[in-house]
Amino acid sequence: MRPRRLAIDDVGMFEIRIHGRGGQGVVTAAELLSVAAFAEGKDALAFPTFGSERTGAPVTAFCRIAERPIRSREPIVEPDALIVQDTTLLHQVDLFGGVGPEAYVLINTGRGLDELGLDEFAASRFRPERVVTVAATELAREHLGRPLPNAALLGGFAALTGVVSVEAVANAIRGRFSAKIAEGNVAAALAAAEAVREGRTVRA
Amino acid sequence: MRDQLEGSQAVARAVARCRPEVVSAYPISPQTHIVEALSDMVRTGELAPCEYLLVESEFAAMSAAIGASAAGARAYTATASQGLLYMAEALYNASGLGLPIVMTLANRAIGAPINIWNDHSDSMSQRDSGWIQLYAESNQVAVDLHIQAFKLAEALSLPVMVCMDGFVLTHAVEPLEIPTQEQIDAFLPAYEPRQVLDPDDPVTIGAMVGPEAFTEVRYLAHAKQMQALDLVPELAAEFATSFGRPSGGLLRRYRTEGAKTILVALGSVLGTIEDVVDELRDEGLSIGAVGLKCFRPYPLEEVRAALARAERVVVLEKAFAVGAGGIVGQNVRLALSGLPPRVHDVVAGLGGRPITKASLRGLFLDAAADRLDRGLTFLDLDRELVERELRRAGDLDRPGPHAESILRQIGVVAAGPV
Repeated sequence: MRPRRLAIDDVGMFEIRIHGRGGQGVVTAAELLSVAAFAEGKDALAFPTFGSERTGAPVTAFCRIAERPIRSREPIVEPDALIVQDTTLLHQVDLFGGVGPEAYVLINTGRGLDELGLDEFAASRFRPERVVTVAATELAREHLGRPLPNAALLGGFAALTGVVSVEAVANAIRGRFSAKIAEGNVAAALAAAEAVREGRTVRA
Repeated sequence: MRDQLEGSQAVARAVARCRPEVVSAYPISPQTHIVEALSDMVRTGELAPCEYLLVESEFAAMSAAIGASAAGARAYTATASQGLLYMAEALYNASGLGLPIVMTLANRAIGAPINIWNDHSDSMSQRDSGWIQLYAESNQVAVDLHIQAFKLAEALSLPVMVCMDGFVLTHAVEPLEIPTQEQIDAFLPAYEPRQVLDPDDPVTIGAMVGPEAFTEVRYLAHAKQMQALDLVPELAAEFATSFGRPSGGLLRRYRTEGAKTILVALGSVLGTIEDVVDELRDEGLSIGAVGLKCFRPYPLEEVRAALARAERVVVLEKAFAVGAGGIVGQNVRLALSGLPPRVHDVVAGLGGRPITKASLRGLFLDAAADRLDRGLTFLDLDRELVERELRRAGDLDRPGPHAESILRQIGVVAAGPV
């Protein structure tokens, strides 16, 4: 199991950028992450980029987590973690803009980085153990019955970074949805967390 | 107790605990979440007694609020952007009649070109409508200002507009405290109208006034709004005592002691500015910030006192007067008339353009080194793009619209990449 570490940097802030498409729960994911962090005593600010809301359009959402009050409201330009909900954005959006070499990268795909054509890029640019794929859409289909990857990715994010606990993510999901939908999402999140912990995902 | 909440939801709950009796509204982004939440609370009975009127336009929303207020009800509405323009005629009636309506303005740009994102063009366009204008720099302050706004409006019998940045605040989720019903009831007494349409005691409200008395009635409107310059700080002090945190007031100084360069701004950009001020102070730069929280009435003396000892003042605003320059900047110059500080106008964040710490840092360093123009500066303006478009248009008899041409040049169609 990956050692738990508080991945909040020396200025006491951890910044997450989430990319996906309208209808995939991108904004909800950032909000749930902020709820989980708040429940664990952090200050947390979640906010989306905003467009004319259209299903399928590229959507970006942000979450800032800190040990101190958050004042800045600028978009996150240099994230400490990147979550990619939809790999079809790879050639449409500058997903990796501002993402530094120490950043965590979590990609929703059932395929390997090599099949996405990302293996060399990821290996040369990031720390290999911090680039992780998780088949979040498949996990959501299995546990929730719908291809909504956001909750599973949050479980994977918690296991990968330790910035929030998987339990806090599960509680945030339970606080947001009705019991049946919540339990499906929680199950997907736990399964993704387990997969990441056990290294059953494809790494760079 | 603090909770992790969306700004709009928090404002809606705070407004509900102010016990409005009539909410009339027409949905428009980015205000929609607020009035949707209030509509839900009326439907479920959580907010009662209250009548929620889903009207056919913003003009109707304000007209219904005027009618409700004149009939003695505590009235509330919310809007943004073109919605505010559509109710402009009614805005002047609400203030001219002295009706204490409270309205949330979820600040958004005004078209054309159509744009749903945040700036202050909407509220600035109605700065002279006779409404008191308060600006929230955070969602907690937005919550707190609404509670103060009802008390302020009803004490003066004047309408109050609480301006909060659309999307940046309305759609942000963060830890927020909504005072309890008991706390708000103790702070905000039941509405006692100064004038009321009552069949048992008939009066006329809204008489026609000719040249013989129009000036005097308008003078009284001015004098009454100016009273808010005393009342706003009093209410802020009372709020701090009752609720245990400072919120509101006319302006706020941030590390301005001995500052050679002082930035002036309104709204949510202040948090980002304060982060940058801290960084630059750590590097030894003599810099501070002033947040204007009440723009109408304009706290001229307080602005003068806060800025008089600076060498230069940079006014950063999310709107401007086309063909003239900064709006807040002109007001700041008025306050500093005859005093040494140079005033620079900087337009930033138009139509949702992000205001980044990196850009602010560059701007403040330029200002401190006297590298800023005396004229109007547009932060992060893509000058090359502008010049390319001017060259293209200049050669053609019928160059067509700039907006569509510029979008083609940067490879964007509508609001997303090609």
